[in-house]
Amino acid sequence: MKRSLQLFLSSLFGSLRDLLPIVLVIAFFQLFVLDQTPDNLLQIFIGLVFVVLGLTFFIFGLEQGLFPIGESMAHAFATKGSAFWLLIFAFALGFGTTVAEPALIAVADEASKVAAEAGLIEINDQAMNSYAKGLRYTVAFSVGVAITLGVLRILMNWPIHFMIMIGYVMVIVMTGFAPDEIIGIAYDSGGVTTSTITVPLVTALGIGLASSISGRNPMVDGFGLIAFASLLPIVFVLAYGMII
Amino acid sequence: MQLFNDFPSLLLATFFDILPIAVIIFGFQFLVIRKRVKNLKKVLMGMFYVLIGITFFLLGLEEALFPIGRSMASQLTNPEFLQTVRISIGELQWQDYYWVYIFAFAVGAGTTIAEPALIAVAMKANEVSGGAIGVFGLRAAVALGVAVGLALGTYRIVIGAPMHYFIISGYVIVVIQTFFSPRLIVPLAYDSGGVTTSTVTVPLVAALGLGLAETVPGRSPLIDGFGLIAFASLCPMISVMAYAQLSEFKDARASKKRLKTDEYYSKKNKLNGSDDDTSD
Repeated sequence: MKRSLQLFLSSLFGSLRDLLPIVLVIAFFQLFVLDQTPDNLLQIFIGLVFVVLGLTFFIFGLEQGLFPIGESMAHAFATKGSAFWLLIFAFALGFGTTVAEPALIAVADEASKVAAEAGLIEINDQAMNSYAKGLRYTVAFSVGVAITLGVLRILMNWPIHFMIMIGYVMVIVMTGFAPDEIIGIAYDSGGVTTSTITVPLVTALGIGLASSISGRNPMVDGFGLIAFASLLPIVFVLAYGMII
Repeated sequence: MQLFNDFPSLLLATFFDILPIAVIIFGFQFLVIRKRVKNLKKVLMGMFYVLIGITFFLLGLEEALFPIGRSMASQLTNPEFLQTVRISIGELQWQDYYWVYIFAFAVGAGTTIAEPALIAVAMKANEVSGGAIGVFGLRAAVALGVAVGLALGTYRIVIGAPMHYFIISGYVIVVIQTFFSPRLIVPLAYDSGGVTTSTVTVPLVAALGLGLAETVPGRSPLIDGFGLIAFASLCPMISVMAYAQLSEFKDARASKKRLKTDEYYSKKNKLNGSDDDTSD
């Protein structure tokens, strides 16, 4: 009990620290550059308290429940030796962690609002929801594929930079054919996907895998999964934009 | 209050959002690993906290971070404000928006330098590289990359240039750098792009971009509003590899110099018969 209280406090401290630089920068600009005080200060304050509370519970819950079991599973699959199940697990891990990523939920919602205002889709909850869902599942699917590819790379010892360069070429070629409205969202989706839930679990999988195969350097082979997970969503969302 | 009316439906939506990961974890645990989950109660409680946490976070986002991002964008591009700080004469030029770029730079640098995930990665890199890559140096490189990326991204929105020109040139730079960087740093540099944009930064930055595209004359949110996060994930790759190249270069030069001075002192020592080492 005492340990979980300690964990809770440390995650509270962590989320305050995440938010602090933003609050400081914005306060500085409001006071010294713009010389204004925002009129809805109370609403913003309540909102920020919600953000801190939310992040605290979120991280605390992850550390209590998801991370230990996820990491031990990643380790189990990495050392067990069944390549088939390992690849399936890699896909499922990439997909599952990305679908639940809060930053992605928020940005997909925002994208659906913007698309609705611009007349790309109908302005009603149903159309917007299905657009946001479509976007999120596309991204999650692509992260799943990316992690699978990344694991395959570690197993086969393919050089990372060739694969990244093939990805770049795909992005560049597809940008030429994709509609203008999707390009910004697609490029952004690469950075959005990899945050709080995905990074620790995926890194655990990569490092566990690289240290259990003999003759591999965790530094070179363990990292690089996130790079795929930031690149492939661009390709898939561009494709999503071409299809709808 | 609106806030509390939204709560139940948002909670339900979040429940379905995190359902896949629960299904995956338990599915694999029961079907493939076939062992009982240790501390099942704790895991379930953890998932419940995650559910509550995401719901609160999304509510707070809607109430605070999105409005702040938008209002900062509209305040900094407000024509009245621009009139008081502008540096060009006649029509507004891109350089009159300099406070926007400074703001973006400050947000990027401030949120990245303290990022815990980054600190951990930097310590690991320092350890593996045998001290050639400094912990603070790497953190500063990533923070600078994110800051410059965001500033460049806001500049792109202000002038309204197509973003793929910037991103593709960035890719070309990354590819060229890859060939000249120390091999160890390459995967780390590639990862640093995705890792640095945290859960708090992403929504704020997204709102800033959309707000700018709404308020700068002639921009459309759909075409110009997105893309800031892409810049923030691309530039750290460049700055991290540049930092690694720089420290390798410095290291090589220092060891060359050390070699020369060593030679000099060993000659001198032979003459004097003493062995004091002042080469460093």
